[in-house]
Amino acid sequence: MLYSEKVMDHFRNPRNVGEIEDADAIGEVGNARCGDIMRVYLKVENDIIVDVKFMTFGCGSAIATSSMATELIKGKPISQALELTNQAVVEALDGLPDYKLHCSVLAEGAVKAAIKNYYDRNNIPYDPEAFKNIAD
Amino acid sequence: MIYLDNASTTKVSDKVVEVMVPYYSEVYANCSSLHEFGQKAKEKLEDCRQRVARVFNAKSREIYFTSGGTESDNQAILSAAQIGIRQEKKHIITTKFEHHAVLNVLNKLKQQGFTITYLDVNSNGIIKIEDLEKAITPQTVLVSIMFANNEIGTIQPIKEIGRVCKEHKVLFHTDAVQAVGNEKIDVDELGIDMLSLSAHKFHGPKGVGVLYARSNVPLTQFIVGGSQENNRRAGTENLPGIVGMVAALEAAYKDLDTKNQRLKKMRDKLFDELSKIPHSAINGDREHRLCSNFSMCFEGIEGESLLLLLSDKGICASSGSACTSGSLAPSHVLLSIGRPHEVAHGSLRLTLSRYTTEDEINKVIEAVPQVVAYLRSISPVWDELEKGVRKHVI
Repeated sequence: MLYSEKVMDHFRNPRNVGEIEDADAIGEVGNARCGDIMRVYLKVENDIIVDVKFMTFGCGSAIATSSMATELIKGKPISQALELTNQAVVEALDGLPDYKLHCSVLAEGAVKAAIKNYYDRNNIPYDPEAFKNIAD
Repeated sequence: MIYLDNASTTKVSDKVVEVMVPYYSEVYANCSSLHEFGQKAKEKLEDCRQRVARVFNAKSREIYFTSGGTESDNQAILSAAQIGIRQEKKHIITTKFEHHAVLNVLNKLKQQGFTITYLDVNSNGIIKIEDLEKAITPQTVLVSIMFANNEIGTIQPIKEIGRVCKEHKVLFHTDAVQAVGNEKIDVDELGIDMLSLSAHKFHGPKGVGVLYARSNVPLTQFIVGGSQENNRRAGTENLPGIVGMVAALEAAYKDLDTKNQRLKKMRDKLFDELSKIPHSAINGDREHRLCSNFSMCFEGIEGESLLLLLSDKGICASSGSACTSGSLAPSHVLLSIGRPHEVAHGSLRLTLSRYTTEDEINKVIEAVPQVVAYLRSISPVWDELEKGVRKHVI
């Protein structure tokens, strides 16, 4: 099999898929030309991510990594969500083929782009270094 | 399971398996052995050669057995290159959408000082004969143009290409891997000097193919060793494979017209019904293509997820999307007919065979719109297209 059971599960039954109409923040990374775009919506209350949704254009692993990344940050404080790494997403999915690792980098990037958008919208100061390497 | 990936490979027919078995277990001698047993195998080999020749109106001695399409393409092109080097003609003409078995050999020849012209295949996936005529120079040694494309099935004007090549005394090779078993081919009538084919594309076994080379074209031996295949291709002949290939080849041409009519009807039904999906487009000319080939793009979705969800519904399909191939660039074939990257990612290829049934086609017609609609519902690209933030391309 190309993908682990977990990847296929998250691809077939993606968690948190959809749109939050009154989102507090939206982050989007990737481009259609390369075949992957991920968009993450956040709902934040008292610095806690109370709801998260995503929309993804991309392959099986792009959809699965988006789903897993949103699962990993749901209900977490923003500061903790900011520590999400692509390795954590890959491990939670029981691995990805090498040439699909960029999907996990994109998923991490989408979450971080959404958090940055939240900070920007609310004029919350942040260290730009934390968002330096957002994948695109 | 609904198998619609016949351009990748086909089921070996029961009859083919049946005729192959005795050449593993009974007539297993080496065709090069002098004993009577070996001579019996050799006789069968030559009988097979004659029967392949008959299908293409060629001569027996012009048929070389190989391991398949890739080897045949490699040997045809590298042999022509050797002729080019001797005659100081280091220019080769091909198209932008050849198979990698052709393109990657030509890339190697570029490093050896060859100049390669890549003809445009236009939005319909067919070259213009004027473009070929303009591209030929006194330095041109070879024109290598596929008979029918592997992804979009478009058929090239082979007879005109053959005529132009003959007029300019340039060798003409055609990769006919997708066409053999689907189209009638007479190498004299079409002016073909070299032709590649592969058995597993027409219900024959894998690992066996043919290189046809006109008797005045000297082939270079690339697989070096013994003197098999008239010193042009070393290695013990795969007699069971060759026997199976010949049986499959003859079966393919026995009822070609009725089979093609049946496939075309089903293929056209797929086009008619799936074209109802908004913002979709047929890839390549709808008429000048193999009866077995369906290829379309659907905007706002990516091909790999489409294939995986179809696979969950028991449908085996393929796509020219990047994510199915391990590279980031989408199919060079879809780009060559002018599909933008973002659209080329959302392609679907369904390739039919004589085993395809109407019932299967009806199930596909039901499944594809559902899967496309679902993927669009979670796609930020489709969201932007719908909201007018992004412009529809198809």
